[in-house]
Amino acid sequence: MLAKRVIPCLDVHDGQVTRGVQFGKAEAGELRNVGDPVELALQYNKQGADEMVFFDITASAHERKTIVDVIERAGDQCFMPLTVGGGIRSVEDMSTMLKAGADKISINSAAIATPSLIRAGAEKFGSQCIVVSIDAKKTGDDQWRVFTHGGRKEAGLDAIEWAKEAVALGAGEIVLNSIDADGTKAGYDIEITRRISENVGVPVVASGGAGNLDHMVDVLKQGKADAVLAASIFHFGEFTVGEVKEHLAKADIPVRMV
Amino acid sequence: MIALLDYGAGNVRSVQKALTAAGGEVALVASPEELAHADAVVLPGVGAFDDCVNAMQRQELFGAVKDFIGTGKPFLGICVGYQALFEKSEEFNSCAAGLGVFGGSVVRFAENGIKVPQIGWNEVEFEKPECPILKGIESGSHFYFVHSYFPKPTDESIVATCTTYGETFASSVWRDNLFATQFHPEKSQKVGLKLLQNFVGLA
Repeated sequence: MLAKRVIPCLDVHDGQVTRGVQFGKAEAGELRNVGDPVELALQYNKQGADEMVFFDITASAHERKTIVDVIERAGDQCFMPLTVGGGIRSVEDMSTMLKAGADKISINSAAIATPSLIRAGAEKFGSQCIVVSIDAKKTGDDQWRVFTHGGRKEAGLDAIEWAKEAVALGAGEIVLNSIDADGTKAGYDIEITRRISENVGVPVVASGGAGNLDHMVDVLKQGKADAVLAASIFHFGEFTVGEVKEHLAKADIPVRMV
Repeated sequence: MIALLDYGAGNVRSVQKALTAAGGEVALVASPEELAHADAVVLPGVGAFDDCVNAMQRQELFGAVKDFIGTGKPFLGICVGYQALFEKSEEFNSCAAGLGVFGGSVVRFAENGIKVPQIGWNEVEFEKPECPILKGIESGSHFYFVHSYFPKPTDESIVATCTTYGETFASSVWRDNLFATQFHPEKSQKVGLKLLQNFVGLA
């Protein structure tokens, strides 16, 4: 049986893994340093992470070189799937990251600005390679809208419709990040995760809001997510990946134990 | 020397690093001449079947790979490099012929209640525990998969392992010194490195 995946997310800024307390705050400079990305990656690798996401939160030219170096060094020692996101705007950017050792490319605002980038990437590297990450915010009853710029700017898209369009264009996976839940540690937004998971034929990764282990159980079961992504609960040593998996296994969720 | 075929597949670096970590002496090979000196060959692959087969044709590796397999030296195909060993693919718009080393075609998962592509760690159940590259690995171990298509071998006796995702399919095949896996050993942490070590040991 295919296991549900547990994915630590590493936000990289100035060569360090950082964590903003709430959505968008990282960009505004309210950051907490949590360590060296490659060292953390090796730790999570040892703990049995199923995959890792490196997110370049500054996405400047200088930072680009740093993230390529991080991917190369992590990939050379981890032998597990790596996803990279942040500031990827062209097929050439994707190619650079894949050559460095990334397996999947996560695009967000560039896909909104240029939806054809999804198709171009999928045609060149295969759908399995192209992840579309969506920052969604609940704006009304039964209504979630897509936001960019750290949650400050409305993109003019309905989250469910955008997920469907991204998949039609060739996205092989959707990461659904709830702006309302991110950083709150009050749990994932189960409703929008479930709605998107039921509306697309590709895997959906739930992101934003993990505060305890039952939150992960809930979003995998009720939210119908295929994977859970989390940052703070791993970075600040609250839980190891192994502890998360033991808890999920007890709740009858198929996981890969190492 | 293990020749790792470099025809532009995105994951060459990962495979190279993993084979090296497994104790192999690896050389990236992009021309048919270099293949002749290899003790073993690895054909990696991600992406589309046609891209893989066409790129091999362009670099004149297609015939050279078939010749190498004919020598009986160890050969390992990974993911699309596994699919390319079959006759053809039902992938959208595919018209390229595969290497045809094995009979059968590459088909897509039927989308009845499952997410396609299959992305993640799935259990690999051994049909042929005596297969040399599976030595020291337990049946039922999780390996990393990322694919929408898989080969359906006409000769079922070559099936080394099976995996179930909606339906049960051949997640690896084995005949003599010829091995091929749908999963990615280079991305499967410990069990993947063990499999690669076993392969390196044959070279």
